Amino acid sequence: MLAMIIKELRQVVRDKRTLAMLIVMPAVLLIIFGYAASFDVEEIPTVVIGDQAQAIADRLPEAFAIESVDVGGGQAEAEESLIAGDAHVAFVSNGSSSVALIDGAELFMAQAALQLTTAMSSQVPGLTSQVLFNPDLDTSAVLVPGLAGLIIVFVGTLVTSMSVVREHEAGTLEQLAVMPFRPRDVFIGKITPYFLIALVDIVIVLLIGTLVFDVPFNGSPLPLALAALMFLFVALGVGVLISSVSQNQAQAIQLALMTLLPQVMLSGIIFPLSSMAAGVRWIGYLLPLTYFNQVAKGVMVRGAGLSDLMVPLGLLALLGAVIFGIAVVRFSRQFEAAPSEARV
Amino acid sequence: MSWGLDGVTVRFGGDVALDDVSVSVSPGDIAVIVGGDGAGKSTLCRVLVGLTPIESGVVRRPERIGFQPESSGVWADLSVAENLEFVASAYGLESGPAGRRISYLLEITGLGTARDRLGRNLSGGMRQKLGVAMALLSEPPLLVLDEPSTGLDPVSRLELWSMIALASEEERAVVATTAYVDEASRATTVLALDEGAVLAWGSVDAVLAAMPGRIYETAERAGASSWRRGRAWRVWSGDGTAPSGARETTPDLADVVTVAALTRETRP
Repeated sequence: MLAMIIKELRQVVRDKRTLAMLIVMPAVLLIIFGYAASFDVEEIPTVVIGDQAQAIADRLPEAFAIESVDVGGGQAEAEESLIAGDAHVAFVSNGSSSVALIDGAELFMAQAALQLTTAMSSQVPGLTSQVLFNPDLDTSAVLVPGLAGLIIVFVGTLVTSMSVVREHEAGTLEQLAVMPFRPRDVFIGKITPYFLIALVDIVIVLLIGTLVFDVPFNGSPLPLALAALMFLFVALGVGVLISSVSQNQAQAIQLALMTLLPQVMLSGIIFPLSSMAAGVRWIGYLLPLTYFNQVAKGVMVRGAGLSDLMVPLGLLALLGAVIFGIAVVRFSRQFEAAPSEARV
Repeated sequence: MSWGLDGVTVRFGGDVALDDVSVSVSPGDIAVIVGGDGAGKSTLCRVLVGLTPIESGVVRRPERIGFQPESSGVWADLSVAENLEFVASAYGLESGPAGRRISYLLEITGLGTARDRLGRNLSGGMRQKLGVAMALLSEPPLLVLDEPSTGLDPVSRLELWSMIALASEEERAVVATTAYVDEASRATTVLALDEGAVLAWGSVDAVLAAMPGRIYETAERAGASSWRRGRAWRVWSGDGTAPSGARETTPDLADVVTVAALTRETRP
């Protein structure tokens, strides 16, 4: 038995990447997720609109982080701010009555805002609260858009990286390199099936979400389709990059999970970004799923349009272009024929 | 017209994988590269097909090469017919000629009855034969086969070498590597490699004739220059002097390669 233990220990120590995963990763993940895993809402981006805007703003508790005070606007402007995601609560006053419009797409923020406004109603006569977009504060309405993104990460990154590494392990990638394919033929041929499968998966997730779990689909499918397309490019690019630095499928799975876990925890799907410690929140802003989630939730729950989502769409496009571009270059290098002549 | 390497050196980090290696093969010729593990056989194949960059030298390769990597190059999730059809479409063969070529290859490989079997469900011999068939499909002027017979039973090896001989009859230049010295006797030319260095190179007869000294057979081991062959021992004598009680024997390729390795080891 001792011989078996020693042999196993030797093997574990030899595989430096797995060893690092086993020892370093738990500590790193615990620290990151420890700071990220918080449902406590400390700041709620808020706009205050209407003739009594300044008076209401002066009496709001600290938790309402006031983005703007507009004495000239009305309910339409307030709703527009929520749809665009500029704020998650909008106080609208009209004479002696005022209403707190709460963005139901941000579940924990909405619950916190509802508690605060209910407590305020005794101090501010005539203040009522109204949850928009997701009035019953259904969890599924908030989670399903993000889950569609997770499916893209799973198929695009994990399955694609494994597929490319499998070719490498089987020696068939060499076979392809000798065939009269251009690098882009192999690249596009390799990722297209996963691209299509991921698209089908998204449609299935959204159909089940809307038909079975009554998740609303309030907006136009166009911005969501655009975001899905760009996010797919990012996910496939990450998958191909992982395959280019992995010797075998086990390593590819390890690396893919290392990209998957932070996206689940830090992209705002489960924990609100605003609840995370600033030290880990910036990681969330580097993750493509953060922006896909913003678009998906914006379209499906808030009914946001293309003009409301230009920032997350633009950032997704940027991430897609950079990551996919690097993936194409790295992948293509494997298929360049070595020069037939060299002189010392 | 001939293909091959001229004075090629390949280095991986500080290790020399090929040291000033030259090999040439003409249409209809079979060049067999023989050597043990780590001799540089696979590196030579990879250099020839353009997968590995060289440090110095010249590689003469045609545009179209039929290549079978060490792993057979068969897609495990595709059937026999699908593997061949994929290669045909990769080379842009039209369906008519491609279908005829595939039927011909299935016939000579004996894989006709297994055409719908997945690559992963083929025996080792069938998989290697399919790999050679895939390399042959585009009718390339140069065929590079990396250890096509390794791990095969004697019958499968015979069948495989029949396919290689057929490729040679079709005027293709063939470069095949092997760890089995007896297979080198099927070659037009032989290149013996050891740790990236050339031990012997030329036609089988030339390699046999170029061996220095003489080979003797004894019943007992006779020093460092002796090796076991069956129930007897072979002894190499560099100056031709017969060891006591030994009788001279005609060397074969295995003896010549062993002598070349011995002389390389004892070289200053």
